[in-house]
Amino acid sequence: MTQHRAIDELISAWGDAGKLRAFLNAHTFPLVEDSHVTFVWMGQAEAVNVRHWVYGLESSTTLTRAPNTDIWHLTLEIPGNSRVEYKYEIHRDGRGEWIEDPLNPNRARDPFGANSVLQSAGYVSPEWTQPDSTARPGVIERVKVPSRVYGHRVVQVYLPARYRKTRRYPLLVVHDGSDYLNYTGMKTVLDNLIHRLEIPELVVAFTDSPDRLREYAADENHASYITNDLLPYMNMKFPLVDEPRARCLLGASFGAVASFSTACRHPGVWGRLLLQSGSFAFTDIGRRNRRGPLFDRIVEFVNAYREKPAAMSQRVFVSCGVYESLIYENRSLVPLLDATGMQVRFVEARDGHNWQNWRDRLREGLSWLFPGPLMFVYE
Amino acid sequence: MPDSTPSATAVLLGAQRFEPTLSAAVKEAGVQGRIAVVTAGWQEREDEDEELSKDLEGNTVNLMLYKRGEQLFRQDPEFAQAHKERQNHLRALQDVYRLRLDHALEAERLVRESKQPEAIREEVEQACIDAIRDLDAWHLYQCAKVRAEFNEKWKPLHRPTIARHRGDLIEALSDCGAIAIAGGHVAVLVNRLLLFGLETLVGARTLFAWSAGAMAVSQRVVLFHDDPPQGRGASEVLDAGLGLVPNLVVFPEPERRLKLDDVPHVHLVARRFAPSRCIAFPARSSVVIQNGRVTRSNGVVNLTHAGDTLPQ
Repeated sequence: MTQHRAIDELISAWGDAGKLRAFLNAHTFPLVEDSHVTFVWMGQAEAVNVRHWVYGLESSTTLTRAPNTDIWHLTLEIPGNSRVEYKYEIHRDGRGEWIEDPLNPNRARDPFGANSVLQSAGYVSPEWTQPDSTARPGVIERVKVPSRVYGHRVVQVYLPARYRKTRRYPLLVVHDGSDYLNYTGMKTVLDNLIHRLEIPELVVAFTDSPDRLREYAADENHASYITNDLLPYMNMKFPLVDEPRARCLLGASFGAVASFSTACRHPGVWGRLLLQSGSFAFTDIGRRNRRGPLFDRIVEFVNAYREKPAAMSQRVFVSCGVYESLIYENRSLVPLLDATGMQVRFVEARDGHNWQNWRDRLREGLSWLFPGPLMFVYE
Repeated sequence: MPDSTPSATAVLLGAQRFEPTLSAAVKEAGVQGRIAVVTAGWQEREDEDEELSKDLEGNTVNLMLYKRGEQLFRQDPEFAQAHKERQNHLRALQDVYRLRLDHALEAERLVRESKQPEAIREEVEQACIDAIRDLDAWHLYQCAKVRAEFNEKWKPLHRPTIARHRGDLIEALSDCGAIAIAGGHVAVLVNRLLLFGLETLVGARTLFAWSAGAMAVSQRVVLFHDDPPQGRGASEVLDAGLGLVPNLVVFPEPERRLKLDDVPHVHLVARRFAPSRCIAFPARSSVVIQNGRVTRSNGVVNLTHAGDTLPQ
């Protein structure tokens, strides 16, 4: 049996500044030894908890203080290839404070701030998510889209490098567009995947909603805005391939529901769907769901779809983290989609409900929905 | 395969975008006169050849084969329609071939990994490779048949619209000592080169080609990528090339497309395309071929039957 002794070494170094410094310089935190991960926090406190968002584990677990030291530690078994976002909750003077792990420089940002990131054995941050100086950069333009539903909306439009009006491009519409740009680095991802010929040159509309929990919750007005306002505007303004196979909706969480609901309400228009960690809540009996009133309309919509599943698109890529509570809903949706005759691909990842999970799945999803000219272009 | 004879002198180069070596190769070859460039593989961006032209000190003329093709299709709709149908036919053949090939490649892998007894191992592995070779040959034959039927019926090089363009090309080439064929979309490039019968216009001029250009001038065009984002990596025959450089299969950009340290894979590639030599062209590499024979090489990688790679 493998011994997981790095923490013992750290504890034994306590009191010897040189040894302690040497240990800290030689290790990354949390300490990863095979499938065992040891969380470490050092300092004075009354109690320390690790707070994470792994569905299936206690969301708050207490670290143990090593006797006669200020070292707090907790060892958990975390499977390889996992990403876990976490914070420490430090209790002092009767108050709890959530902080990022000062020993771990890995961070993931999201609209609520930042979390520390544990990368278990085997996980490697994909190189195609990092800026590549050899990739020609696309540009982002802001356009004002007139809408019968919302008056107007500002949309950020990605145009690929060497964009030409004489070419025709597929269209990708991204829900929570600003968040995808900010937290998945999606412009870099697009530049890189296009440069590698893994996806074709695309025009991408990054849309945002000022009230996403309402508009993205299977809302008819939103579906109409995307299909009847945004799509014709994009077709008028940019040279697009005007066929369903060249139109894709992308979204995560409620954004995935918005994508799915838009495609369902306008069958045959959107030939490609990329649904990430969709909040596809449903009930098998009754209408009340455990997730609260924000989900009521989604439950109604998903229940209706489950009652009468129909093909509304051509290819659907679904992904979800296995550490999300939504894994159940997503796993439940896939066989229904499959049975309609649409091409469906479902991918699970050892990750949670977060932007880096959604970033890491973009290559597989986009290159399946829009295969690039990889085999044909040799520059 | 097109009715062409090997180019007198052909210089095949590694990819040029980041580490251009073309101008040095041109100087070394002692080319006299202008250089005709073909950038049809860049499609709509065909005319964005400033860097290439600058690299060759402006002493170039772009043959604009992509644009000519587009013009031709507009001017001659009957031919355009027939051409489109032929391309659809070829695409359908490619789909069928790919479907069959997937299974043949998978069978080869399964057999190779199944650790057969020593007494039969070599024979069954060879049988698997032969099946793949037969399939490649079948595909090439089918493509050639489709092209021959098309040429017989439409006699493209004799159609006035194409003949006019060929007249322009002959004139443009009259003071050119070399032709340089750039990379890009290899199917589009082959298509345009054959459409205007460029292989019959090369004559004694020195031919420079890289990336898709080098693939296009070879005897058969093999599409490949060992690490695509979907599925296993594979290589497939697209069609015959121009045949100006015989007995050589060209693998450009091996740095990002080939797993050269995967011994069984290299072994398969080399045996599959034998007796042609399989040569990978990293950046800055080159091969000089005179009258169909490699006379000089620099930095290329030879994929061998033993499954290893030999720098040349």
